[in-house]
Amino acid sequence: MRFRFLTPVLAFAGIAVVMWYALFNLNPTEIPTELINKPAPEFALEPVPGYGPGLAQSDLATGKVVLLNVFASWCVACMAEHPFFMKLKAQDTVDIYGLNYKDTPDAAAQWLARHGNPYKRTGVDLKGRVGIDFGVYGVPETFVISPDGKILDKIIGPVSEDMFDARIRPLLNGAGS
Amino acid sequence: MVAEIGQFVLILALITAIFQGVFPLIGAAQNSQPMMRFASNAALVQFLAVTAAFICLTVGYVTSDFSILNVANNSHSLKPMLYKISGVWGNHEGSLLLWSLILALFGLAVAVFGRNLPDTLKARVLSIQGLVGVGFLMFILFTSNPFERLDPAPLDGSGLNPLLQDPGLAFHPPFLYLGYVGLSVTFSFAIAALIEGKVDPAWARWVRPWTLAAWGFLTVGIALGSWWAYYELGWGGWWFWDPVENASFMPWLAATALLHSAIVVEKRDALKNWTILLAIIAFSLSLLGTFLVRSGVLNSVHAFASDPARGVFILIFLIVVIGGSLLLYGIRAPQMKGGGLFAPISREGALVLNNLLLSTATATILLGTLYPIFLDAFTGAKVSVGPPYFEATFLPLAIPLVIAMAFGPFLAWKRGDLAGVISRLKFGLFLSLLLVGFIWWQQTDAPVMAFVGMGLFAWLLIGSLLEWSDRIKLFRGPLSSSWRRMKQVPRSAHGMTVAHIGVALVVLGITASETWQTEHLGVMRPGEIVSVGGYDFRFDGAETIAGPNYEAVRGTFLASTGSNKGDYLYPEQRRYTTPPMETTEAAIRPMLSADLYVVIGEEDGTGGYAVRIYHKPFISWIWIGSFVMFFGGALSLSDRRLRLGAPRRTRQQKAVATDLSGVKG
Repeated sequence: MRFRFLTPVLAFAGIAVVMWYALFNLNPTEIPTELINKPAPEFALEPVPGYGPGLAQSDLATGKVVLLNVFASWCVACMAEHPFFMKLKAQDTVDIYGLNYKDTPDAAAQWLARHGNPYKRTGVDLKGRVGIDFGVYGVPETFVISPDGKILDKIIGPVSEDMFDARIRPLLNGAGS
Repeated sequence: MVAEIGQFVLILALITAIFQGVFPLIGAAQNSQPMMRFASNAALVQFLAVTAAFICLTVGYVTSDFSILNVANNSHSLKPMLYKISGVWGNHEGSLLLWSLILALFGLAVAVFGRNLPDTLKARVLSIQGLVGVGFLMFILFTSNPFERLDPAPLDGSGLNPLLQDPGLAFHPPFLYLGYVGLSVTFSFAIAALIEGKVDPAWARWVRPWTLAAWGFLTVGIALGSWWAYYELGWGGWWFWDPVENASFMPWLAATALLHSAIVVEKRDALKNWTILLAIIAFSLSLLGTFLVRSGVLNSVHAFASDPARGVFILIFLIVVIGGSLLLYGIRAPQMKGGGLFAPISREGALVLNNLLLSTATATILLGTLYPIFLDAFTGAKVSVGPPYFEATFLPLAIPLVIAMAFGPFLAWKRGDLAGVISRLKFGLFLSLLLVGFIWWQQTDAPVMAFVGMGLFAWLLIGSLLEWSDRIKLFRGPLSSSWRRMKQVPRSAHGMTVAHIGVALVVLGITASETWQTEHLGVMRPGEIVSVGGYDFRFDGAETIAGPNYEAVRGTFLASTGSNKGDYLYPEQRRYTTPPMETTEAAIRPMLSADLYVVIGEEDGTGGYAVRIYHKPFISWIWIGSFVMFFGGALSLSDRRLRLGAPRRTRQQKAVATDLSGVKG
């Protein structure tokens, strides 16, 4: 019976081992390798009410490089990248599609109304099913989609201007040339 | 120069902390008075040294000394003074320094207020405080030095994130840290008790004020944080289940459980092992919360810049502190005598139920926070755990908790009388059902949670008031005798009633604002009027104004009902220059019955503005309730029994050694 008092330390040891492993072997900004250069998973979603005709897998293969941004109205970090997306839209740098993740359609519509809509099309992923297919780990995430609808890269966390220049702009130029 | 002084005193603090951690521990083992007394002096020196370091960094910020890397990265010469100062702890390095400062402050407080503690216990507690301090100071000096120089110094700093330039957030971290670090004292007491091999009602009494203080500060810290989210993030939400919020909520839940289980130790000399374990867990969760976001293990919104060297240090530190203390617990706990058996229907039975529910809630939140890492490690799958999980798991635990909260205080120790309690609570049940019925009559299609929430609110509020009036025999004799009784009832009992009422008010605020919020969303032109929640909002136009380090579009709205003149509201959309960023400053007219919440957005090019207007019934009560809870804790803390009448156990001191060898698991 006295060994039951060791349960807490054993439980913690388990947690510590996993965290140690996570620290050295997992990169939270890493894309699951099996998705790179694969076509985007199949899906078809309703739009955020009032924002476009909906979003499906076929909409992503547009003949040019586009971004698929996973966002939610409850996501604080999405507000950080949002002004930059508005700027990209204003400069017409790249088309951005919005995947609204585990949100209520009304909240998403209000969020877009208030902050502005940087998206060409939007899709509501109410239960996060499509997010799971895409391997969405947290919100926001941004996928770079090739002209033929394949996933080229994925950025976890808010997209900053530096990150855009380093990781996304080369892909845009690569497709253009 | 000031940075070098800061660096020097920080090293001094580390050396003092090492001595404070080692000598008193040896002294307590050898019963050497000088070595034990050294602990208090060391605590004072450590506090002075860390304070000096903190002042040095503050001077760097106030004078905008951009040759200090930390200042250059996080401040700007145009920033208002308040935010230059709050900028000191608005970054990774500075916040760790604040943490160390508060840790040293609590160490000093134990040294000063702990005069009636037995020498060995006091020496051991201070020594554990010192060892925790060693970890933090080493972390600062080796991986996160706030005094690093920058050469050449830039002309101006890169500024603080404008979202953080806010009075609510300026004071949120200090309170939160007071709570986190306050739990370090309880932790030190727990470890000292494990080393001594003895936990008794006197120990529980000594620990109680520290737990109460930490719990109170955590309550305020969390409330300030959610209040900030409410008015600064501009969409009216106030809780996101973000990992960082969970990190502050878990220690709060554990501290709440600890507060209640310590009562059982005090009154019944039982539940000792569990209480010790809770004290360790509560502080471990504080550490986990502080570090998880800095380690790079978890990818969070609030995450400070992470760096692999820090991650390794943090993990080793966590393993030493948490793993070490839990191992000590595993070895020593079996030797401590448990208490007698409990009747399920009794005060202690109710407190055990409280502990079961609270610790299960803590565990589910911990699971939700760590689950993505675990799943990733084992299967490589990456998932996100959002609000849906937490709401689905937390509510089923919170509801029985609130139901039991009204019952518990009525039950007597050892053997309660359930039938008697129910008969005394039937009035409360009747009024709760009346309220639920009234809501149904008003609005048949209200969501189920609205009925549940409002019923729980009435049940807990009336139950607490009934118990209180029972205690002072209100209306059962002359008022003067009730008044006399009220003064005789210990303040901690009044504190409990107040804190429980605070919980009821929070339940009211959450339920009403989630259920009956109304809003208007759309483009408004000057002169236009819309009606939301019984108020007419007239838009009087917008102008561009200049702030100290931003430009803003400021709208003017007049909110009025038919009966009174109305209030002006001025929401702003600010554009900061360094760093370039936009923030929404919602205009909020808080009232007891509802908040009016107005947000203005971009101009649409034709003179109209995107506008969002909310009417949020009773939402202020979330924060009023939190402060009522804090006040209840403070009232309980002011109970003179905690300060004076703590039973002495000097005579028992010699028995400790024999206790240890004599007792078997």
